[in-house]
Amino acid sequence: MLAVDTPGSVRPSPSFLQDAGGRSGIGAWIFSTDHKRIGLMYAAAMFTFFIVGMCLGLTMRLELMFPGEQFISAAAYNRIFTLHGVIMVFLFIVPGIPAVLGNFMLPLQLGAEDVSFPRLNLASWWIYMIGAAMALASLVVAGGVPDTGWTFYAPYSVRTDSSVSLAVMAAFVLGFSSILTGLNFITTIHRMRAKGMTFFRMPLFCWGLYATAWIQVIATPVVGITLVLLMLERTLGIGFFDPGKGGDPILYQHLFWIYSHPVVYVMILPAMGIISEILPAFARRTIFGYKAIAMSSMAIAAVGYLVWGHHMFTAGMSDTARWVFSLLTFLVAIPTGIKVFNWLATLYKGSIELSVPMLYAFAFIFLFSIGGLTGMVNGALSTDIHVHDTAYVVGHFHYTMFGGAGIGFFAGLHYWFPKITGRMYNDRRAKIALGLIFVGFNLLYFSMLIMGILGMPRRYADYLPEFQPFHMASTIGALILVPGLLLMLWNLLHSARTGAPAGPNPWRATTLEWQTASPPPLLNFEVAPEVTTGPYDFTHDPLLQENPA
Amino acid sequence: MSVANAAGMTLPAGSAVDPAADPAAAHGAAHHQDYEGDKTGMWLFLFTEFALFAALFVIYGVYRIIYTPEFHHAAANLNVAAGVTNTVILLTSSLTMVLAVNALQRGENRRSMALLWATMALALAFMVIKYFEWGAKFEHGLYPGSEHLLAMDGGEIVFFGLYFVMTGLHGIHVLLGVGAMLFLLPRIKSGRQSATNYTLTENVGLYWHLVDVIWIFLLPLFYLTN
Repeated sequence: MLAVDTPGSVRPSPSFLQDAGGRSGIGAWIFSTDHKRIGLMYAAAMFTFFIVGMCLGLTMRLELMFPGEQFISAAAYNRIFTLHGVIMVFLFIVPGIPAVLGNFMLPLQLGAEDVSFPRLNLASWWIYMIGAAMALASLVVAGGVPDTGWTFYAPYSVRTDSSVSLAVMAAFVLGFSSILTGLNFITTIHRMRAKGMTFFRMPLFCWGLYATAWIQVIATPVVGITLVLLMLERTLGIGFFDPGKGGDPILYQHLFWIYSHPVVYVMILPAMGIISEILPAFARRTIFGYKAIAMSSMAIAAVGYLVWGHHMFTAGMSDTARWVFSLLTFLVAIPTGIKVFNWLATLYKGSIELSVPMLYAFAFIFLFSIGGLTGMVNGALSTDIHVHDTAYVVGHFHYTMFGGAGIGFFAGLHYWFPKITGRMYNDRRAKIALGLIFVGFNLLYFSMLIMGILGMPRRYADYLPEFQPFHMASTIGALILVPGLLLMLWNLLHSARTGAPAGPNPWRATTLEWQTASPPPLLNFEVAPEVTTGPYDFTHDPLLQENPA
Repeated sequence: MSVANAAGMTLPAGSAVDPAADPAAAHGAAHHQDYEGDKTGMWLFLFTEFALFAALFVIYGVYRIIYTPEFHHAAANLNVAAGVTNTVILLTSSLTMVLAVNALQRGENRRSMALLWATMALALAFMVIKYFEWGAKFEHGLYPGSEHLLAMDGGEIVFFGLYFVMTGLHGIHVLLGVGAMLFLLPRIKSGRQSATNYTLTENVGLYWHLVDVIWIFLLPLFYLTN
């Protein structure tokens, strides 16, 4: 929380918020090729969608508070959970961290003045917005919101009258945005690193983004073509997924998960990268097992590409395929475990400061561990048969996606907030918000784990009275979680204008983004930085001189 | 729709390799020309195009294993002469493209443009033959969802489905390649693309070879299966 004065923090050039590079008005934002402005534009769009998705989720929880129909019909419920999934997955959590914090921080952490292809970066944002507009347009066009679930499984997605084609088209367009961002980041990491910054001197957030970008580039085209085929199926009746025409609906599931499983690592790997930044900064010692963490990101990306079949254990596959997919799924747990243990080892004998980002990081480790371990139950063949398509699975992936990727995102937002805005958030409000989020989250989703084990199916608008206590607890959790989220967002927005000036390096962190002004000038650094040590070198930290960790 | 989007992404990809062309871009002037970086980006983009078709090749492989006899039978309906002619045309167009890039690198801009026109003419010839091929299929009642096709075996329906989707998607890529060349021509004419700055031209060339390579796989998979 200390604003330490770094030598050289005199600021002759204005910050990127004042210097629009010669553009004015709204054009200074929507036509800006500055990676920092693009990151903030993504943030504005994404959190708008996040709030919409959150309201949809809350609607479902309120409907499920009591058995029987409360205020929405079963058909409307189908549309709401589909829209909730589409918005949260395709518009928020998949592009989330790379597009917002990745865009903003990657060039800063590398010591570069921008990404490799700034104009392609702007094009990605425009493509994202077009895709988002199409997704939202599916609300109002004839047929209405899709009712298939976000997975668009054939054959129902081929038959339904709801506007699946438009939603699928939107996902396709958003995929392109994702591919271009990935391509841009890979090239940036290969070509734009500061002098002296070898691959193994990169901050671990960059490693997370690097692994993520590869998945985006390798896996996204597959879902692109799959969604095109689904559209052709609906418009021309090609028949690839129709048994009546020699096709096979299971093929759709395979193709869909070949992308959509790796993409869960697109969601989580950058979040893990953020945690790997925060822990050393607030434990004031170098990260334990730097190379192991960096390489485990790559290992997760590689092995994660080969585990898609575990979504389909009950869909009809050969026994051989099932045990191979199960085995590979368990293998992913190894690099994940490596990360968690390295994080804990980093804390050992550190001088820990319980700042808000650090508390978020702890929440991440706790929630993500529950998410990861409950995932093992899904990965094991025999137990998966029992819990498949139950609320347990919903609980599990919310623990990983929201408790992992989402909380990691929030951790990063708080950690880099002073860098982005030049101001400090309100500490007390941030801690209250985190408390509400943590309690509400666990009440909401742990109830789902239990009722799922007891047999509550997912995607049902109604249930037997015996599940009522769990649904009630879950809804109460949602009613605690939502104010927490709103308080957090409001606190950040409000503090961006009213917070105390933060100074260039309020956390006394060591990575390059903290060596420039807050907010950074248009070209990021006054002098091109040169790197001589690893990213988390605290040996020169003034407060640690008498007690080096 | 998918055409427009794919086109939308090739253009910025192409233009991004030439940041100096737009001085208004905030970083355009300050951003260094990075040949290696531009090439890295282009190869990654080509890789995603391969991945797009790779999914279709996998679908083809799966169904061919299931429906081997039906695939053989259905492939008899394809015009091998047209397919081979198109292969020769496309391979020749790759040659003219290489020569166009080479001419630019030696500073012969006019010659480079002439060779690009030749490449586009060959691409057009390819599309005309394709048009007559598809037209003949339609006349025989062979198109997705037609009564005649639906009366056939499942395996044959899938074969023709794959045929139309894969050659159709390839055809779209041919048109995108022509679009990229049309985008390129004024830049060569004005000298913005030159013997010292030819990255964009090279990248368009790479894209054209991708179109060619994919066709080389499509020919045996469909025409030579019988």
